[in-house]
Amino acid sequence: MTAQTGRIAVRPRGRGVGRRVAEGFLYPLGLPFLLLVVWGMASTASENRFFPGPLTIFEAFGDTWVGPAFVDDVLPSLYRLALGITASIVIGIAAGTLIGLFQWLRELLEPLLEFFRAIPPPVLIPVVMLLLGITDTMKVVVIVSGAVWPILLNTIDGVRATDSVMSETADSFRITWWERLWFLVLPAASPRIMAGVRQGLSVALILMVISEMFASSAGLGYRIAYFQRNYLIAEMWSGILLLGLVGVLLAATFGVVERRVLRWYHGIREVNRA
Amino acid sequence: MPDRSMLLRVEHLRKVYGSATGDVEAIGDVSFTMDAGELVCIVGPSGCGKTTLLKCLAGLLRPTSGIVEMDGVPVTGPSPAMAVVFQEYGRSLYPWLTVRGNVELPLRHKRLSREAREKLVTDALDAVGLGHAARSHPWQLSGGMQQRVAIARAVAYQPEVLIMDEPFAAVDAQTRADLEDLVRELHTARGISIVFVTHDIDESVYLGERVLVLSKSPTWVQEDLAIDLPPERDQITTRALLRFTELRTHVYDQIQRAKRGETAAAR
Repeated sequence: MTAQTGRIAVRPRGRGVGRRVAEGFLYPLGLPFLLLVVWGMASTASENRFFPGPLTIFEAFGDTWVGPAFVDDVLPSLYRLALGITASIVIGIAAGTLIGLFQWLRELLEPLLEFFRAIPPPVLIPVVMLLLGITDTMKVVVIVSGAVWPILLNTIDGVRATDSVMSETADSFRITWWERLWFLVLPAASPRIMAGVRQGLSVALILMVISEMFASSAGLGYRIAYFQRNYLIAEMWSGILLLGLVGVLLAATFGVVERRVLRWYHGIREVNRA
Repeated sequence: MPDRSMLLRVEHLRKVYGSATGDVEAIGDVSFTMDAGELVCIVGPSGCGKTTLLKCLAGLLRPTSGIVEMDGVPVTGPSPAMAVVFQEYGRSLYPWLTVRGNVELPLRHKRLSREAREKLVTDALDAVGLGHAARSHPWQLSGGMQQRVAIARAVAYQPEVLIMDEPFAAVDAQTRADLEDLVRELHTARGISIVFVTHDIDESVYLGERVLVLSKSPTWVQEDLAIDLPPERDQITTRALLRFTELRTHVYDQIQRAKRGETAAAR
């Protein structure tokens, strides 16, 4: 055999355990803890009843959200959020792929897309309410109407930017249309698609809350607005805290999925940096 | 031509690129034939349309006029009888697939049993000395190893002719020598027909049984030179042969003439 091949590059490992623990827990939790302490001291010193201390809010958190409110308000909100996000991802990627692949479709739709993208989604709430009534569907539609855009536009760009040599390779080996889509176009666009999904997630969370504040009798957004109108200040803050936690959970879940899907992408970047 | 059958026939191939500022004639009039089992190197001055010619051969570009025939059948698009190894291995392999996945991808639409497909892949990876790296990703490998993966992918596809476009232009000299010997071995041990495009004169003489010297653009075949070196080639002894030096000087001369736009010199 003529082969004289080198070793396979492996990621560098082996930082100190102590340092990993510090980076895993102390760094991310240190500053929030410090802020809590500052906040506690500030609210104790302050006379303003709209800024209760953290302990009061934690207490209200337990009283408000652990129990029937979780089933009545939190779960429906999360359900609509999940539905909205799923629909946005499916519609965004499917439509974005088609628009990215076919130039005539792109030319046909581009002005329309620019127009609809420019409309702030909350103003659609009254319209959708008239069309669909005050229903779950209406809220999911509002979420999708905002969250779909970053996913759609990033997918279009990602699909259009398929590398010419990679395409020629697929041509020369006569790869079929579906194989090309599945093994070339979508993976090549996946870093862009994931960037779009990340943006879409935060938009979806915002619209979930707003859609419930407008017209609703249940849900996280509705509850927070209700507490505020009834001067239940600690409860209101606890709702905001819960929303923040939902956001963090969403980002963490996304992070896990992203690392899995874009393992090759991060791998290349790591190799290039080394 | 005695005993060997004709594999590839190119006749009066011409390629003109239309552009806003006027047409550019990349290939003027190229004609040659290639027999099954041959290893033909194509050299020419830089910018002489080597890549254009190769893309026309592979069916990736449509010639403006002229004929490309494979086994007597006109080539109108990418053919299952041809496999291409591109110069830019980094952009030709798919980084999201493993080495094995890359080699296997072109075989998916061939109607093969799972075992037959796996055997082809394993066999091709062994042939390029990468049996141990099947589960790695291309970007975890060195440049030379990545180009081996691309070669394995082409070999597993079982083409009648392997078309290589300056495949070793981007690797270092030692790796390049190893890869050249790999190409020789695939050719002699497996009888694969190869069209090898290069700008490197030494490489063309070392590898080829025939060297086609192209003129500068608009391109024609300046010379069709038979390389009468023994079939067993070795980086050290072959390159030290007097005949090797004569041949490379001759090709070098021809390319200098081609650059100046002169026609073929007497041998």
